[in-house]
Amino acid sequence: MMLKNRHLLGLEGYPRADIAKIIDTAFRFREVLDRPVKKVPALQGQTIVNLFFENSTRTRISFELAQKRLSADTVNFSASSSSLKKGESFKDTAKNIEAMKIDAVVMRHPTPGAPWHLTRFVDAVIINAGDGTHEHPTQAILDMMSLQERFKRLKGLKIGIVGDILHSRVALSNIYGLITMGAEVTLCGPANLIPLHVGELGVQVNHNIDEVIEWADALNILRIQRERMGIGLIPSIREYRRLFGITSERLDRHQKEIVIMHPGPMNRGVEIDSQIADGDQAIILDQVLNGVASRMAILYLLMGGQETKPE
Amino acid sequence: MKLEKLSASTILRNGTIIDPVAEKQFKADVLIEDGRIAGIGGQINHEDAKSIDCSGLIITHGFCDLHVHFREPGREDKETLATGSRAALAGGFTRVCVMPNTDPPIDTPEAVANIIDKARELPVHIHPIGAVTHQQQGRQLTEMGSMRDSGSVAFSDDGLPITNGSVMRMALEYGGMLNVPVINHAEDIDLRNDGLMNEGAVSTRLGLPGNPAAAEINMVHRDLELARTTSTRLHVPHVSTAGAARLIGDLKKQHDGISAEVTPHHLFFNDEDLLGFDTNLKVAPPIRSEADRQGLITAIRQGVFECIATDHAPHTTEEKEGTFDLAPFGMIGLESCFGAVNRILVNENDLPLMELIKMLTVNPRNIMGFDNDLLTVGEAAELVVVDTGAEYEFSRAHIQSKSVNSPYLGRQLTGKIHYTISKGNLAVVQ
Repeated sequence: MMLKNRHLLGLEGYPRADIAKIIDTAFRFREVLDRPVKKVPALQGQTIVNLFFENSTRTRISFELAQKRLSADTVNFSASSSSLKKGESFKDTAKNIEAMKIDAVVMRHPTPGAPWHLTRFVDAVIINAGDGTHEHPTQAILDMMSLQERFKRLKGLKIGIVGDILHSRVALSNIYGLITMGAEVTLCGPANLIPLHVGELGVQVNHNIDEVIEWADALNILRIQRERMGIGLIPSIREYRRLFGITSERLDRHQKEIVIMHPGPMNRGVEIDSQIADGDQAIILDQVLNGVASRMAILYLLMGGQETKPE
Repeated sequence: MKLEKLSASTILRNGTIIDPVAEKQFKADVLIEDGRIAGIGGQINHEDAKSIDCSGLIITHGFCDLHVHFREPGREDKETLATGSRAALAGGFTRVCVMPNTDPPIDTPEAVANIIDKARELPVHIHPIGAVTHQQQGRQLTEMGSMRDSGSVAFSDDGLPITNGSVMRMALEYGGMLNVPVINHAEDIDLRNDGLMNEGAVSTRLGLPGNPAAAEINMVHRDLELARTTSTRLHVPHVSTAGAARLIGDLKKQHDGISAEVTPHHLFFNDEDLLGFDTNLKVAPPIRSEADRQGLITAIRQGVFECIATDHAPHTTEEKEGTFDLAPFGMIGLESCFGAVNRILVNENDLPLMELIKMLTVNPRNIMGFDNDLLTVGEAAELVVVDTGAEYEFSRAHIQSKSVNSPYLGRQLTGKIHYTISKGNLAVVQ
């Protein structure tokens, strides 16, 4: 095995050397993506199921593309969590997959811990594509790859993560990954959307976005989910923009080089202005391309495609 | 476990008796004839008696659990009064109080009588706890007086907290008139929100919605204040936080109508044990932090808790195999109880064994007004024989419940039940 762990479930406690190895491999696959023929036979004959219990467009497409670029056979299974609640149990779904002789499962599920749960029933390699409000390890790896591409290092970088931290799997995986790689992390957002005990993960909390902008090398702007409005978590979009929005006026005021990231999908005009999202400081589309390369690297390293090196 | 009728004469030989009423420990034989204590003393001779060697073992009152769920009527696939009785015997319990959150709930005198009727021939004593309000909906009081007369020993809406303070006050006043304790599942449901585990660093790490300690502390505070001002009887179930334990300790000094219980699992586990997402550790109130666990142990030393109660809550494997959000709250706890609390309290925290035995025997019986004169000639034999030093790994073989949702599976426990004697029966557990 090329990585210490058989699965990629989360980045909590994930070895630093393996994160580095995934990112290095991802850069090599990035070169493949720039070739006229963007396909390698690394995972030929292997079968991967994309098991999505929750709607997802970009993560699913990114994984699917990565699988096709590696020549794996892929099957997509989408089930809304509500149908699962009504009928077939999680175990039965898992057992069915097991019976079909699948080599790997990429799973998105609304419940924290679901991929761990899946390992009890399925013998395949399992990759977490997001488990509720817990982890989204492949997103964090592509985020770190994008930072490394820009800064040529992760150690010592100052990263601000802005938004609803409490409900964000992107934030949690980024925290684990970045801290492991030696970066510093400051969280910024409404106090009621930052977990009370998050300081124990080794991060700072600062509710003043202007101070965070002054401090940070890069900002990872999280999507503010509109469904969180109206249940008292955010008083209004106007208020949120005033206190935490990455507006052009705000960045203009600071006159500072700062890299802007966003995991998507964006709410333009809410957490980020269009001018910023489309501007020179943003590496949001690099993140998307790096997402495919990162997922190729993860699949390749976990599924042991030894026959063909990516070079 | 083998369950048999007691022989006409049985002698428990060479055991050490712990009398939790007199707080004495001595070596003696116990003669049981026709299910009743016929003699206690050194070297009893009786030619026809069946002799059970109890060398190196402790003989004491059968344990009494104020908080179990036997799921009958309604969810007999999880547990029945009969299978629950076997689980009780396997844990050394001869007397249990069953919670009313069945389907339908135990909220009428007839429903109470039905439980009493069904339990009559079963090998342990089963006492129904009646619902405080109709359908446990927290609005209209049940016919508590008639239910008491039918055999209800206490009142609780169990898993459903009585959110309306005014209803809780009326329940306490009415219960006070009847001289029965009212038990309220103490959680502020607004603060609990959709919490699935204790709120803290661990819930943050797991991305699971947290249930803050304040949810329990708030509700306990309200209930204590109401019991104090109305001078009525309140029993606080399954206290999980150090904060609530402190409040109970303080209010007890002002009002003697307050009692409280703690579960083995809140003493044995802390929230870091949930790091593997074990749904068997999903319970209400949640397994708390190590600081809370230590706070509960300190509170036991200070006498805040009268008793250990298991909150034995069977659920099917199918349900517990669901993802963490869908799996129901609760774990079974009767069979593992003594091995767990004896390890944590006596072995690891130097609580005198006598104190622990009292928390499992005289104290819970006192709260419910049950007979405590158990080591007296003429009394029906209600005894347990225990090896307090036995260390072992808890396994499926120890479970008699119809359900197996135990997080103790694979854990080391200290203290094994050998025999439980109850209602003319001998359960050979070991």
